[in-house]
Amino acid sequence: MSATIIKGGRVIDPANKRDEIGDLAIANGKIAKMSEVRSRKSEEIDAKGLIVAPGLIDIHVHLREPGFGHKETIASGARAAGTGGFTTIVCMPNTLPAADNPATIAWIKDRAADTACVHVLPTGAISKNLAGEELAPIGSLGQAGVVAITDDGHCVQNHELMRRAVEYARMVGLPILDHCQDYNLVGSGVVNEGYWSTLLGLPGWPAAGEEAIVMRNILLAELCDHHIHCQHVSAAGSVRLIREARARGVKISGEVCPHHIALTDEAIRNFDTNYKMNPPLRSKADVDAILQGIADGTLSILCSDHAPHAEFEKEVEFDQAPFGIVGLETELGLFIDLLVHKHRKIDIARLVEMYTVEPSKLLKLHAGTLSVGAAADVTLIDPDLEWTVRIDKFKSASRNSPFDGWKLRGRARRTIVRGKTVWKL
Amino acid sequence: MNWNRKDLLGLRELSADEINFILETADAFKQVGTREIKKVPALRGKTLVNFFVEPSTRTRTSFELAAFRLSADVINISASTSSLTKGETLKDTARNLEALHADILVLRHSSAGAPQFLAQRLKSSVINAGDGAHEHPTQGLLDIYTIREKRRKIDNLNVVIVGDILFSRVARSNIFGLTKLGAHVTLVGPSTLVPREFEKLGVTVSHKIDDVLPGADVVNLLRIQHERQRKEYFPGIGEYTTLFGLTKERAKLLKPDCLVMHPGPINRGVEIDSEVADGLQSVILDQVTNGLAVRMAVLYLCGGIAT
Amino acid sequence: MNDKKHKAGPSRTSGVPIMDAEAIRRALRRIAHEIIEQNVDLTSAVLAGIPLRGVEIARRIAEFIREVAKIDIETGTIDVAMHRDDVGTRAELPIVHASKLPLPLEHRTIVIVDDVLFTGRTVRAAMDAISSFGRPARIQLAALIDRGHRELPIRADYVGKNLPTATREQIQVRLRNVDQEPDGVWLFKE
Repeated sequence: MSATIIKGGRVIDPANKRDEIGDLAIANGKIAKMSEVRSRKSEEIDAKGLIVAPGLIDIHVHLREPGFGHKETIASGARAAGTGGFTTIVCMPNTLPAADNPATIAWIKDRAADTACVHVLPTGAISKNLAGEELAPIGSLGQAGVVAITDDGHCVQNHELMRRAVEYARMVGLPILDHCQDYNLVGSGVVNEGYWSTLLGLPGWPAAGEEAIVMRNILLAELCDHHIHCQHVSAAGSVRLIREARARGVKISGEVCPHHIALTDEAIRNFDTNYKMNPPLRSKADVDAILQGIADGTLSILCSDHAPHAEFEKEVEFDQAPFGIVGLETELGLFIDLLVHKHRKIDIARLVEMYTVEPSKLLKLHAGTLSVGAAADVTLIDPDLEWTVRIDKFKSASRNSPFDGWKLRGRARRTIVRGKTVWKL
Repeated sequence: MNWNRKDLLGLRELSADEINFILETADAFKQVGTREIKKVPALRGKTLVNFFVEPSTRTRTSFELAAFRLSADVINISASTSSLTKGETLKDTARNLEALHADILVLRHSSAGAPQFLAQRLKSSVINAGDGAHEHPTQGLLDIYTIREKRRKIDNLNVVIVGDILFSRVARSNIFGLTKLGAHVTLVGPSTLVPREFEKLGVTVSHKIDDVLPGADVVNLLRIQHERQRKEYFPGIGEYTTLFGLTKERAKLLKPDCLVMHPGPINRGVEIDSEVADGLQSVILDQVTNGLAVRMAVLYLCGGIAT
Repeated sequence: MNDKKHKAGPSRTSGVPIMDAEAIRRALRRIAHEIIEQNVDLTSAVLAGIPLRGVEIARRIAEFIREVAKIDIETGTIDVAMHRDDVGTRAELPIVHASKLPLPLEHRTIVIVDDVLFTGRTVRAAMDAISSFGRPARIQLAALIDRGHRELPIRADYVGKNLPTATREQIQVRLRNVDQEPDGVWLFKE
């Protein structure tokens, strides 16, 4: 019977309103009472100076399997997650075949059970093949074990179809995650529409293209009385709309990826495709609005939108390159450094909450807590550790990141899944 | 001034001194065109590849002639004759050319940033012959050269550029070069093609051509296209000509010594009336001649750097 | 010698003065007389200077000829930078200038004028340049200084001063109108 005591760390467990220096006991892969463990021979982990948090959850990750294994596999993505301090990751359905049918979901779950060192939770598609024309078998997907439905990578343009999807999802109790992009307004846009797109002659992706769909989702969330979560919020207008809607009690929420606060659209000035993502990097005003949105709770979840691509895929002309960057191994460091230390928008306890309680609430997971009896998924964090990002050390199969060489303050030190250490620094 | 660039990617990153240096060098090369034997051995033994992924006859011919006059060997590759159609990446195609010891690569491509992409990866000199809507530096230079030739200076001149600015690399290169040399640039066209955002580049934006023409020292008309992608931007050629075309009538508003320019090819009767294109104020053909001199200068300067 | 960038070279104090303004004046005057002597029909001759100093020297010789023979001899410019055989191997790219020669060249005598004759490669490039303009009846060469060390079979018809030198030595010519310094020729040991 294995037992572990994590000693002397700052235990932050927002679900149980706990934030104090203390010990945490683990037995048989579950959080245990100290009394159970004290009598036994147990492994001791010294957590002095570290934060002891429930295992962090990243609800926006692309694992690329099945179909794009040259970019990432479930195994390598899980290793990257462990290195980043994550014990649970939620993977997106834009695989090949798309995760729009129970068989693919079953394949993903089997694969994860065999090869993944962290928990992998699949999402299912809203529409068949993510084409936005016909509903995917949402009920069957729910039964197959998806935690949410989303067309991420794509966005249902037909509001009527989206309405029906929301109503249907409500029936089976699945939350909806939406990649907010109006295809007409955005057109062939590759960078934020603004000074830099004008200067460089690149097609612009106007903020209104995201805001229009955020507005659509707010109206549908109200109409159908069901929760819609807006993914990777990037524009000031989106933050404002979500804030106003939440104030009225609408079931709407938003998440933030670190690149949307770490960088602005000026970064694309040399046509480096490591700064090309969807939605794109935007202006300083947008960055400030997002920071404010995090500070006042409008935007309640942090994630990466980890989007691996092979080097030969990214090393092409700017408008030909696929969108996205990897993020699992840098997101925690970037968020602690920028939100807690540099801009002081939230404290570390709230950051932990945004990575644990908030996603668990959204997806109705039995995770994100250190309650006795819960799975022993624990992340130890050193909030003051200074380190330099080295992409050649990434566990991910891909290296498409703009953060190589960045000096950050804050990092995970140890990742524990079901009581076992899967990674330590 | 010591020229030390192996590539010419755009006018945005050049200093005013560098631009003037290219123009002075072009003065010297313009003379070669008047000799009996229009050839100098400056780039003898060098190989120049015209890699026109986006097709063009005029620009390519101009670069080809410029290379011949400098005694370089020229190869022409277009998208259809290259292995890009077989799925080879741009990077691989270019590296193959480098393996054949191509010294200078003249690239026209529909993707902004493509010349920069290659210049960073190749030892060869890369000359941008037009990348998407981003820049067309030799066109910008020959436009400025022509103005300088006729008016002796650039600074404080009022230069008006008319047309589809949003999608125009010719407009951007002109804007960067002219503002750097002190000209006052005004952009004119439909608000959908000339958004106010351009004012942040140090120019004035107007949607009323009649207000702007009387004060102009130079009017540069861009070719207006109405293919599929542009149908949402303005209703049609007829309306464009009514609102923005340099008709015979409108040309009466111009100062007598105002220069009328056009990068070509001209759409007679659309952005410019036939009579105006052939009129006394038009320097359109000078632009073509000057284009050759400017390109010789650019090839000489970038291709002559010791590697 | 083709014109290099006007570097801040060794200071005047470390150079040996070879010719002063008066010596230069006398030498160019003598060359003017020699040209008059050797060219029966001065109206078909052209003094074509190599930029920058050769052009100034050609101008001064033409003035002397005007003074002495009362004839306005034609002058011109031959840019050799485009005709060099070493483009791409030099650390600095030579600055090019526009050439200007009175056309047609047939039946004319072109006198190439330069400040210093050294390896002869500049003159070879000048002859190459001339050939792209046409085919003159005769080409001659006038140099203010001949410092020896020819690498090609080229010789000057008119010389201001013969100055044997070692190859690593440097000759510097300064002309008032070109360099904004008083006229002079200096020899530097390194």
